[in-house]
Amino acid sequence: MTTSTVTKPSPAAPAPVTAGASVQLRLDGRWLTMCAASLLTPGRGVAVLLPDGRRQAALFLDRAGRLYAVDNRDPFSGAAVLSRGLLGSARGRVFVASPLLKQRFDLVTGQCLDDDEVRVGVYEVRLAA
Amino acid sequence: MPTDLPPGPPADEPAGLPTLVLVGHGMVGQRFLEELAERGVTATHRVVVLCEEPRPAYDRVQLTSYFSGRTPDELSVTDPGFLARHRIELRVGDPAERVDRAARTVTARSGFTVAYDTLVLATGSAPFVPPVPGRDATGCFVYRTVEDVLAIEEYATRHATAGAVVGGGLLGLEAAGALQGLGLATRIVEFAPRLMPAQVDEGGGAALLRTLTGRGLTVHTGVGTQEVLRDGAGAVTGMRLSDGSEVATDMVVFSAGVRPRDQLARDCGLAVGERGGVTVDELCRTSDPAVYAIGECAQACDGRVYGLVAPGYEMARTAAEAIASGTGRAFTGADMSTKLKLLGVDVASFGDAHGAAEGCLDVVYSDSRSGTYKKLVVGAGGELLGGVLVGDAEAYGTLRALTGQVPPVPAEQLVLPAGAGEARALGPEALPGDAVVCTCHNVTKAAIQACASLPEVKKCTKAGTGCGSCVKLVGQLLPASGDAGLCGCFPHTRAELYEIVRVRRVTSFAELLDTHGRQEARGGEGCETCKPAVGSIIASLAPAIGADGYVLDGEQAALQDTNDHFLANLQKNGSYSVVPRVPGGEITPEKLIVIGEVARDFGLYTKITGGQRIDLFGARVEQLPLIWARLVAAGFESGHAYGKALRTVKSCVGWTWCRYGVQDSVRMAIDLELRYRGLRAPHKLKSAVSGCARECAEARSKDFGVIATSGGWNLYVGGNGGATPRHGDLLAQDLDDAGLVRLIDRFLMFYIRTADRLERTSTWLERIEGGVDHVREVVVDDSLGLCAELEALMAEHVTHYRDEWAATLDDPERLARFVSFVNAPGAPDPMVSFVPEREQIKPDLPLLTLGPRRTADLEGTPAS
Ligand code: SRM
Ligand SMILES: Cc1cc2nc3c(=O)[nH]c(=O)nc-3n(C[C@H](O)[C@H](O)[C@H](O)COP(=O)(O)OP(=O)(O)OC[C@H]3O[C@@H](n4cnc5c(N)ncnc54)[C@H](O)[C@@H]3O)c2cc1C
Ligand code: SF4
Ligand code: FES
Repeated sequence: MTTSTVTKPSPAAPAPVTAGASVQLRLDGRWLTMCAASLLTPGRGVAVLLPDGRRQAALFLDRAGRLYAVDNRDPFSGAAVLSRGLLGSARGRVFVASPLLKQRFDLVTGQCLDDDEVRVGVYEVRLAA
Repeated sequence: MPTDLPPGPPADEPAGLPTLVLVGHGMVGQRFLEELAERGVTATHRVVVLCEEPRPAYDRVQLTSYFSGRTPDELSVTDPGFLARHRIELRVGDPAERVDRAARTVTARSGFTVAYDTLVLATGSAPFVPPVPGRDATGCFVYRTVEDVLAIEEYATRHATAGAVVGGGLLGLEAAGALQGLGLATRIVEFAPRLMPAQVDEGGGAALLRTLTGRGLTVHTGVGTQEVLRDGAGAVTGMRLSDGSEVATDMVVFSAGVRPRDQLARDCGLAVGERGGVTVDELCRTSDPAVYAIGECAQACDGRVYGLVAPGYEMARTAAEAIASGTGRAFTGADMSTKLKLLGVDVASFGDAHGAAEGCLDVVYSDSRSGTYKKLVVGAGGELLGGVLVGDAEAYGTLRALTGQVPPVPAEQLVLPAGAGEARALGPEALPGDAVVCTCHNVTKAAIQACASLPEVKKCTKAGTGCGSCVKLVGQLLPASGDAGLCGCFPHTRAELYEIVRVRRVTSFAELLDTHGRQEARGGEGCETCKPAVGSIIASLAPAIGADGYVLDGEQAALQDTNDHFLANLQKNGSYSVVPRVPGGEITPEKLIVIGEVARDFGLYTKITGGQRIDLFGARVEQLPLIWARLVAAGFESGHAYGKALRTVKSCVGWTWCRYGVQDSVRMAIDLELRYRGLRAPHKLKSAVSGCARECAEARSKDFGVIATSGGWNLYVGGNGGATPRHGDLLAQDLDDAGLVRLIDRFLMFYIRTADRLERTSTWLERIEGGVDHVREVVVDDSLGLCAELEALMAEHVTHYRDEWAATLDDPERLARFVSFVNAPGAPDPMVSFVPEREQIKPDLPLLTLGPRRTADLEGTPAS
C-alpha cells in the first residue's frame, strides 16, 4: 500500500533553500529524504528514483521557492521525461510542459491542462532542514 | 448566338459543341478563359487556344522579377489543372496565321485549322523598335517576353559590361533596372524631355531624374537614337544620338513603346483604329459580331488602346459575359492609374494626372533633396481628380480610391510629408464602401472588409494578386489580428522583446517578465513559449548586453527546452541523439573512424542525416558526457542539432574536383559554418554552398544559400525545405568573399532582430512589409543606418564563440546535471530500453501501446 495519491497535497510553503536543506517525499506514510535542495534550479526539474528501483518522481522548484513532485512518466509517450520539461504558470497555476509533445500538467493536482481525461500522480513533498 | 445551342454535359467528341477559338494566351487571354469557366461557357463549348509563345500564360507585369530570382515557372499564371478541368485545348507554340471570316476558320502555323463559332483575339502588343540603322545588330533586344529576358541575361553575362535602354518610359526604366541588376553600367536614352512622359508631369520627371542619376544611371532626355554602331562582326559597340554625340555600349534594349498586334485582324478585313488596335464596341465586339478583341490588341470604344493589365481584365470579363449571355457590363474606358517601384523609387499616377479637365487646379509639394514630388489635381468643386507621386507613394492607395470625391481634409494637407506642419495622413477609414481599392481586379473597400484576413481576401476577391500595389491598403482595411503578444505572459512580439533586451540590457528572464510582462503574469513562472524565446534572445545578444554566453548557466538553464538543456536531441523513449558538427560535410577518414568507434562502444544507432553529417541515436543522459569526451578529444564540436541555431552549411564538391565547378564551394561552406556556428536565432538556420549553377548543394532551399558564379558568389535568402518549401530570393550577385560574408552577417543579424519566435527566414521574408526588397534596402543599401551595428553584433558573436560541449566537459558543476536521477547518479533510466533492428537498435516502447493513463484508471490507484 502506498499513500501519496491524487488527493491534493498542498505545495510546501516557500522556504529559503538553505545550504544543508534536503527535499523529502511522502511515501507509504513516511517522509523519505530524496536529495539536497541545492540540486534544484528554480524553474526546472530533476528526477529521483524511488526505493523500489523502478518508479520515478519529478521534483520541481518554482521562483517563489515552492516545491512540487509528480510522477515522472509522461502518460502520452510512456517515456520518463516530465522532469525535463519547462515550468510555467497560467492564472496562478504552476504547470510543467512535457518536453516531448508539450502537453501541460498542473503540478498541484497532476491534471493535464490540455486533455481533461489525463492526469499524472502527485506526491506530497517538503523541505527539511 | 452560339449559346442558343442546347447546353449539356460536355461530350467526349467535341464535334457536337459550338467552338470558341482564342488567339493569344497572354495575361488577358488567360483571365478571359477563367471568366468563361466561371460562367459555364467551357462546359457548353469546345474551347481551343492558340498560343504563340513556347509557354502558357505567365505574369508579364512581374517579368523583371526574373532577375531577382523568380523562375519562368514561378511566373506562370496558368494552373495546369484548370485547363484540364475545363477541357480547354491549349496549343502552345502554334500561333494563328490566317483567319477566314467567310468560312469561319482559323489556321495556325502548324497547319492546324479549326472552325469557330466565336473568335476572340487577345494578341497583345509588340515592342516598337524605331527604324534606326543597326537596329538588328547582334546585341539588340526588346523587353516583352520570358524569352527576351533569357536572351538579355545570356548576352549581358557573356558579352557586355555596359548597356543602353532606348526609351525612358515605364518599361524602359524596368529594363534599365534589369541591366543594372546584371552588373552593367547602364544608360537610358529618352526622346521626350522627361522620364516617364506618359505617367508623370515635368516636376515628377525631374524628381525621378535626380534620384536615378543618384543611383548611378546615366540618363539622356530630349535626345533620340540615330544609329546603333556595330563592329565588323555586326555586334553592337555604341549608339549615335540625335545631338551628334556617340556613346559606347555593348548592348541595346529597345523599349520605346508598344504597338497593338492587329495584323491578323487587318489581314481578314476587320476594322482597326487609325493608330492601330482592333476596333471594338462597348461589349468588345469587332466589326464582325462573331469576333471579339480584348486586351492590348484592342482599341476600346473611347478610342484608346490600354497598355495596362487592369483594363484588359475588365475587357476579358465584358467579352465573357457577352458571349455567355448576349449582354454584359459595357467597357467604355478605364482608369490608367499605376504604381510602380522602379529601381527602388516609388512612382505613381492616377486619375487625371495631367490636369486635362477644365478649371482644375494643381496642388504641388516638391522636395528635391529627398527626391519627393507630389501633385494632386483638384476640380473646381474641390473634388480630387488625379495626381502624381514620385519618391513617396505611401498615400497612393487611399488617394486613388478617393478619386472623384471631395477629400475630407484640404488637398494641401494630403501632400505634405508626415511631420511637416499640419500634414495629416488620410486614413483608409475615410474611404466610402464603394471606393475601388484594387483596380486590377476591381474590388471595393466593402468587398475587402467582408473578409477576415489577407489570404482570405486574395482567395475570395483576387484583390492584391495583380500588380500588388493595393496590398498595403488592403492590410489596413482588415481587422487588426487582435493581440500580437508572444504568449499569455508577454504583450510584446519577439522583435519588440529583442529591442527591450538590447536597449535596456536585460540579462534575466525574471526581470524581463516582472517589468515587461502582462500585469497578471508578473511574478509568475513564464511559460514554455516565452522562456526559450527569451533565452534565445539573451543568448543572441549575450556579448553585447553583458550576459553569459553559455546556455546552461544560472537562470539561462531554466529557460532552455530540454534539448538545449542537455545539449542533445530528446528521442521518443527518453534517450538522446548526438550530432557532431561536420563543417561543410567534409570529414577525414580518421574522424569517421572515431565516430564509428564511439557508436560501436556505446551501442548507438547510426544514420547519415539529410544535413551531410552523422547522427548517433540512443544515448542515455549519463552517457552524453562520456560520448562527448571522446568526440571532443578527436576534434569534434557540438553540431547544435538541438538548438534554434545554425545547423549545417551543406556543400557540393565544387571546382576542386568537379569539372563544372567555378569556385571552391567546400572551403566557403566550411568558412561560413565555422563563422556562424553557435549563433542562436528565432528558428534554426540552414545554409549551403554550390560550386556552380547546377546547384548540387540545394542552396536555394536554405535560409541563406550561396551559388558560385564565374565572378564570385550569388547570395540567396529565405529558402526553405520542410513543410512549405520556398526557393530563396536573390539578395545580391557576384560578391567577393569578404562582401559575401559581410552581407550574410548583416542579413542574419537583421533577421534575428526582427523575426517572430519560430519564424524561419522564409516566413519572415513573406511577412515583413516590403519583403526581400526591404531587406535589400536595409542590408545592402543601409537605408536604416543599421549595418555597422549589425556587423559589430556578429563580430561579437564570432569572437565569443566557444564550443558548448567542451565548456561543459571542463566544468564539474555543469557535468553534474547529466544524470538520470539526482539521488542515484550512476543508475540508468530503466524506462530507456532497446530492441534490435537491421543489425542496429531501435527504442523499445512497450508502454506506448497502453496509451495514456486515463483519469478513471487513476482513481484509487496509488501514484507511488
Ligand atoms: C536527423 C534529421 C533527419 C535525418 O535522419 O536525416 C532530422 C531530424 C529532425 N528534424 Fe529535420 N532533420 C534533418 C534534416 C532536415 C532537412 C534537410 C536539410 O537540412 O537539408 C529538412 C528540410 C530543410 C529545411 O529545414 O528547410 C528538415 C526539416 C525539418 C522541419 C521543418 C522545418 C520547416 O521550416 O518547415 C522540422 C520541424 C521544425 O523545425 O519545426 C524538423 C525537425 C526535426 C527534428 C528536430 C524533430 C524533433 O523535434 O524531434 C528531428 C530531430 C533530430 C534528432 O533527434 O537528432 N526538420 N530536416 C536531419 C538532420 C540534419 C542535420 O544533420 O542536422
Ligand atoms: C516588363 C513589363 C512590365 C509591365 N508592367 C506593367 C504594370 O506594372 N502594370 C500594368 O498594368 N501593366 C504592365 N505591363 C503591361 C502588361 O503586361 C500588359 O498590359 C498585358 O500583358 C496585356 O495582356 P494581353 O493578354 O493583352 O497581352 P499579352 O500579355 O502580350 O499577351 C498576348 C499573347 O498573344 C500572343 N500572340 C500574339 N499574336 C498571336 C497569334 N497570331 N497567335 C497566337 N498567339 C499570339 C503573344 O505571343 C502573347 O503571348 C508590363 C509589360 C511588360 C512587358
Ligand atoms: S553544383 Fe556544380 S560544381 Fe557543385 S557538384 Fe554540382 S555540378 Fe559540380
Ligand atoms: S491594384 Fe493591382 S493587385 Fe490590386
